[in-house]
Amino acid sequence: MEEKELQNELASIRSIMERSSKFISLSGLSGILAGIYALAGAALSYFFITSNSPEYYSIASKNLPARSLIYVYADGIFSLQILFVALAVLTASIVTAIILSKRQAKRKGQLFWGKISQSLLFHMAIPLITGGIMISIFISHEFYSFIYPSCLIFYGLSLISASNFTFSDVKYLGLLEIALGLIAACLPGYGLLFWAIGFGVLHIIYGSMMYLKYDK
Amino acid sequence: MKISFDKLDKAFENRVRLQIMSVLAANQRYDFNSLKDLLNITDGNLASHLKALEKEEYIVVHKSFLGRKPNTNYEATPIGKQAFKEHLNTLEQLIKQQKVT
Repeated sequence: MEEKELQNELASIRSIMERSSKFISLSGLSGILAGIYALAGAALSYFFITSNSPEYYSIASKNLPARSLIYVYADGIFSLQILFVALAVLTASIVTAIILSKRQAKRKGQLFWGKISQSLLFHMAIPLITGGIMISIFISHEFYSFIYPSCLIFYGLSLISASNFTFSDVKYLGLLEIALGLIAACLPGYGLLFWAIGFGVLHIIYGSMMYLKYDK
Repeated sequence: MKISFDKLDKAFENRVRLQIMSVLAANQRYDFNSLKDLLNITDGNLASHLKALEKEEYIVVHKSFLGRKPNTNYEATPIGKQAFKEHLNTLEQLIKQQKVT
């Protein structure tokens, strides 16, 4: 055996260990796009808040925390509009992630729907579903100011729990989302801003990093 | 100290066996069908290599049922993990050795 052959042998062992235990077909590009959708969604929500409720806006900007979502969310119509935007962003992000990861899986020779992607989804789903139920409870009790922080915190937890089955970078993104969520919980009224940072800016930054590192 | 190729584990001479061992080193358990998909080989081929590793006592089989479908899982034994580690070390040393000479 030549040195080259030995090196190849080791490289193939490393590759199969990685491919067997981690979903390496996660596309960085889908992260970037999810971030863009989130920023568009945040902008649209901001537009709903400011243009459709001049009196709330003026009250809010005169008194108390400016543009406070506590006030805006007191109006059921607006909260429904924003909920719709949030769900649209979520759906678009998931569909994009599925399409791009499927393509990536083909390129990397990994099964898109197999043992690993199933574990990944399962571990991601537990915190996400818990969060979804928690947020529905908040809505039913009209604790609107906790919605944005909870989205970020539970999403962060789900990323950390999923990170064992994919690139470890995802873990740090999760930690950042949790930190942002906790800060947002301390600052009611700025939820939308933190939401835009957490789901928009961070996704674009992490997506670009992962795109450059792994998508090639 | 000269290390020869004889030190490489004979059980891992076959590429598929080495790949199976790599998968079981990285994962606690792996089922037959997922292994087949990952390695992209036929049922019979995979089964015969698994049998060989089982005979060496490098892996153990766990048979169970998922609903009504049989589900066969494989796990590396401590002996198997040790052998795999030594095989990797030998490979590494062989590379180093060839770099020096």
